Amino acid sequence: MSDAPTDASSPGPLSAEERDELRRHGILLTSVQELYNWGRSHSVWPLNFGLACCAIEMIAASMAKFDIARFGSEVFRPSPRQADLIIVSGTVTKKMAPHVVRLWNQMPEPKYCIAMGACAISGGPFKQGYNVLKGIDRFIPVDIYIPGCPPRPEALLHGLVQLQEKIRQQPLRGPDAPRHLRSDLACDATVPELGAEDIEPPFSPELWKPPTLVRPDKA
Amino acid sequence: MMLPDPAATGLARVRKIEGAALGLRTPAFAPEEGAGDLLEVSLGPHHPSTHGVFRMDVVLDGERIVRLKPVFGYLHRNHEKLGEGTSYLGSMPYTDRLDYLNSMTNNWAYALAVEKLAGIPVTERAEYVRVILAELSRLLNHTCLAGFLMQDCGCSGTPLMYAFREREKILDLFESLSGSRMMCNFQRFGGCRVDPSAEWLAATRTLVDGYGAFLDEFEALLSGNEIVMARTQGVGRLPAALAVNAGVTGPMLRASGVGHDLRKVDGYGVYPRFNFRVPIGRDGDVYDRYMVRMLEMRESISILDQALRGLPGGPILDPKAKQRGLRPKAGEAYGRIEGPKGEIGFFLVSDGTGNPTRYRVRAPSFVNLTILEDLCLGHSVADAVIILGSIDIVLGEVDR
Repeated sequence: MSDAPTDASSPGPLSAEERDELRRHGILLTSVQELYNWGRSHSVWPLNFGLACCAIEMIAASMAKFDIARFGSEVFRPSPRQADLIIVSGTVTKKMAPHVVRLWNQMPEPKYCIAMGACAISGGPFKQGYNVLKGIDRFIPVDIYIPGCPPRPEALLHGLVQLQEKIRQQPLRGPDAPRHLRSDLACDATVPELGAEDIEPPFSPELWKPPTLVRPDKA
Repeated sequence: MMLPDPAATGLARVRKIEGAALGLRTPAFAPEEGAGDLLEVSLGPHHPSTHGVFRMDVVLDGERIVRLKPVFGYLHRNHEKLGEGTSYLGSMPYTDRLDYLNSMTNNWAYALAVEKLAGIPVTERAEYVRVILAELSRLLNHTCLAGFLMQDCGCSGTPLMYAFREREKILDLFESLSGSRMMCNFQRFGGCRVDPSAEWLAATRTLVDGYGAFLDEFEALLSGNEIVMARTQGVGRLPAALAVNAGVTGPMLRASGVGHDLRKVDGYGVYPRFNFRVPIGRDGDVYDRYMVRMLEMRESISILDQALRGLPGGPILDPKAKQRGLRPKAGEAYGRIEGPKGEIGFFLVSDGTGNPTRYRVRAPSFVNLTILEDLCLGHSVADAVIILGSIDIVLGEVDR
């Protein structure tokens, strides 16, 4: 407690160690933001939504051996209106992409997205396929990427813990506040449609831009 | 029936239609004249009980189904097209992702097709290991299916938890052998990738010895359960003639009373050496399909027991068998095995280059799904859900 200001009328911010020390003495100091984020980070309800192989591992994570209930996320909701988290678990095809984005739009804020597996991240082994979307982050802002084909249930749990950490760090005010607390950001994602040759638009320009390739000899 | 105007509410998935405009297929019962409007409901592609991204367009008269149109393609991953641009060995990991519950049997069917095409002999030990892995896959698939079917019946939780507990045990074996839980990529042309160790075989023996007790427990919970019987018996009857005409295979065909099992008919691999029975159903309803799978698991345990006892020594893979850069001479071959879901086959056409010119998958889930409407007509929506569950589809294989 050496750095704490001695003047009681102007308390400065306490470090995490100091608050731990106080907690040991039965004094809990917190802020609204911290309490709010702590609460919601431990009850992230996922959408009951599976796409392909990864969905089986997602189900496995919710079963007895891996027990996602330990992290407060066992309540898989069939309706997007009740869900906080969409786990995009598998290959998103161009036929399915509009539905996935519409489900995302139907979820109420605050909402989060986990891209589970290689296919959801980039198209994975099926990237060369004519019908495969090369990453769901072209349409939906992804919070956590979990690589693997498919990722083990432990990896999904790790991703969930990372998401909880991210939720706990979210400020409620200021420029870094989440979407639903700001008026200058649109919450809805662009829903693509199946066009004559490809989905239109092929990606959402606010979220994703095609990489610019620079040849080493031209740089 | 009063429905909100879809245009006003944005409810695009439920719409009111006129029965006369439909050109209905002869339904199992005749809707009464002026009985009311028909209602078209779209189940899926995001629906908790469609086993993936599958859609059923159901036309309802009250609660009864008068027409059903399966819509798939939501998981069409261009498997066959990618196979034409990939080397023979390079397609092996893709076959894992067809029926992603049973990568071992997919691998085997594909390896069999390539072995036929290129004339590669399989080592004796590998044949036994393939049988062991295929029967473990069958246990895994049927156990999970029973769990999912009960989930569809509305029994939320317990049977599926039990099933996944056993699944994890089998997956632990697959993982320790192949390095991956689900996508094993294990078979090679002329054998298998890794030789199972004595410890692995001992662990498999422990699992096989204990599986009968698990089945006893599982069946005590479900098979004689009054609610399960009331819910599944007489529902979704599949006549034997229709099953044969539609090309239905696997436990679904056998539940309708047709004794057709490729392990007996083709006698591929070393299956003729084992003594086992083929369970046959009587009525072809959902209960029979469930029961046939339960009985098949008992037979699988017996096959596993015989295979583990008779496992010969020797090499697991002929070192001279070519894997990379395989160029079979021009021709075509069809390799098929009795997968847990039915006849899974691969048809390959070679023109002498390193890639097949045609790569075709005969997916059992897909063919078995074609009779969905015939099974569902006249039943309620809740029955359609368990009928779909009893067909045992995996969308990775249906849509490919």
